[in-house]
Amino acid sequence: MDSIQQIIAAHAGREGPLLPILHDVQAEFGHVSEDAIRTIAAALNLSRADVHGVVSFYHDFHEAPEARAVLKLCRAEACQARGVEALAAGLADNPRVKVEAIYCLGLCSVGPNAMVGDKVHARLDAAKLGALVEALA
Amino acid sequence: MTLVRISDDALALACGADDVAAAFVAAGCTVERVSSWGMHWLEPLVEIDGIGYGPVGVADVGPILNDDAQLLCIGRIEDYPFIAKQQRFTFARAGKTRPLSLEDYAANGGWQGLAKARELGSVATIAQVTESGLRGRGGAGFPAGIKWTTVANAAADQKYVVCNADEGDSATFADRMVMEGDPFMLIEGMAIAALAVGASRGYVYIRSEYPHAIAKMEAAVRASAHLVAPFVLEVRVGAGAYVCGEETSLLNSIEGKRGEVRAKPPLPALEGLFGKPTVVNNVLTLAAVPWIMANGAAAYASVGFGRSKGTMPIQIAGNVKYGGLFEVGFGVTLGELVMTVGGGTASGRPVRAVQVGGPLGAYHPPADFHLPFDYEAFAAADGLIGHAGLTVFDDTADMSSQARFAMNFCAVESCGKCTPCRIGSTRGVELIDRIRARAGRAADKVETLPQMHNALKAERSLGDEITLLEDLCETMKFGSLCALGGFTPYPVLSALRHWPEDFGAPADREAAE
Repeated sequence: MDSIQQIIAAHAGREGPLLPILHDVQAEFGHVSEDAIRTIAAALNLSRADVHGVVSFYHDFHEAPEARAVLKLCRAEACQARGVEALAAGLADNPRVKVEAIYCLGLCSVGPNAMVGDKVHARLDAAKLGALVEALA
Repeated sequence: MTLVRISDDALALACGADDVAAAFVAAGCTVERVSSWGMHWLEPLVEIDGIGYGPVGVADVGPILNDDAQLLCIGRIEDYPFIAKQQRFTFARAGKTRPLSLEDYAANGGWQGLAKARELGSVATIAQVTESGLRGRGGAGFPAGIKWTTVANAAADQKYVVCNADEGDSATFADRMVMEGDPFMLIEGMAIAALAVGASRGYVYIRSEYPHAIAKMEAAVRASAHLVAPFVLEVRVGAGAYVCGEETSLLNSIEGKRGEVRAKPPLPALEGLFGKPTVVNNVLTLAAVPWIMANGAAAYASVGFGRSKGTMPIQIAGNVKYGGLFEVGFGVTLGELVMTVGGGTASGRPVRAVQVGGPLGAYHPPADFHLPFDYEAFAAADGLIGHAGLTVFDDTADMSSQARFAMNFCAVESCGKCTPCRIGSTRGVELIDRIRARAGRAADKVETLPQMHNALKAERSLGDEITLLEDLCETMKFGSLCALGGFTPYPVLSALRHWPEDFGAPADREAAE
């Protein structure tokens, strides 16, 4: 496992290294902790407030880890037009899966769409979406 | 051995292309993974000797190889009406080449534009782009040549070329298709821009929702580094903020800051990334440049309509039968795109509304189907073409709910820098909720204070609330710092204007005004 120091060192010398560092920390640890913010701020000569401000601004960075598996379901207009709202409303609550809203995966002609990790799924109906959630649980 | 071509674009993968490809390999075929033709309802589309089959499932592999799949066969792909009707400049190679093959790219016209630019030099290259009439494809439609001239004339020790690949608008996927299908074309376009303005470094800022595009662009940048040198290119990944598609917010994000919008002036062309002169162009703008350089400005400018020159890769999506990418010269009508090319709704119900230009674009009723696809014509009809994405809705759509979504989207994605967008969007959601509930509202405690001279003291009727919504939209439109707050009124007001019955207002409201 890469330590935060190693991640920071890997981006040394880049212009504007904060976002790439935060992406790596988020990917490695599942969240950007208070400790990580402190370490990154010190290494980049920024205030903790600066780094916290960036972490809290972007939807991709989380200050606390997510225990559940995450399914990102597109809720943007093109998927709405193809019936995603009814799908989302009919989705049974699963305590081990978090269904997150995402705005557009760029597959707008074959929606409703979802993403799990880096894998994308199109042409979802209630059965397919249910199966995706079940597979994650 | 049969050569089978299947796309490895994210959309094809999402439709199961990998399983189909594996089945062809298992059947003893050679499978070549190419870019997508852009006929999305046919994905996964399989090509054997120029003949197309789609949409193909694993069970169809045997019948196709035994020549027993007439129902899936669409004949020669090149002659298929959806493809044959297009004028493909930017997407000329779509469906034909392997995205990461330098060999395929060079053999199909690649690098000719860059060679031409190197031969012509900076001034003549910018002249070509200016004469082509190419306008920014991100939505604003600003002439690319003028932007480049400004950057070229700025004196600085360092200049940048930044590609805006933060394609967050719903119903747009052309940028993704360029990056996943023909990444070297974008790199070539950026190298030409860098040469023209004197920039030594470039960044491609890609949204994190596009993992496949990120992977392909990173591989392509590595593979072509020696061909574009001394220009150095790097991929940067966004972090889920829609507003970072706004150019100044995008620059802040690359710098490692919160993606807050900057006030203009100074223009990014003079003080952009790290305070240096910067060209910020959309993927489609930069991707159009190699064709213009290779074929000449006149050839590009000869296509189009009015002041909108050249072709536009139009993206047809939502509840539509034949969704996909349709590149054609400006001037085609909206109705032709939705009804003839798109085939009407996928649900078979009548079209109620078409949103043009993403979450910040207006909703158009079928009465607007005569509008030619052109920046000025849409602006005159209180709309915009934006990044040229069309979302089709059938008659089950509730337009007041769509208006609420637009306001709520603005509230969720607002960067918080300016008040009309940050506060106005939240008040807008509350207001539309009250309108949807058909509830009036009595003056609250604060409004009844004696010092609140301008506040209405009487109870507000539904009509008053609608007037207030229009007033709020006016404030957001003219008072916001960027297009997020400034254009959110387009979907809201267009929904209100064309479908007043969904807001509880009499249908003849517009006529009465």
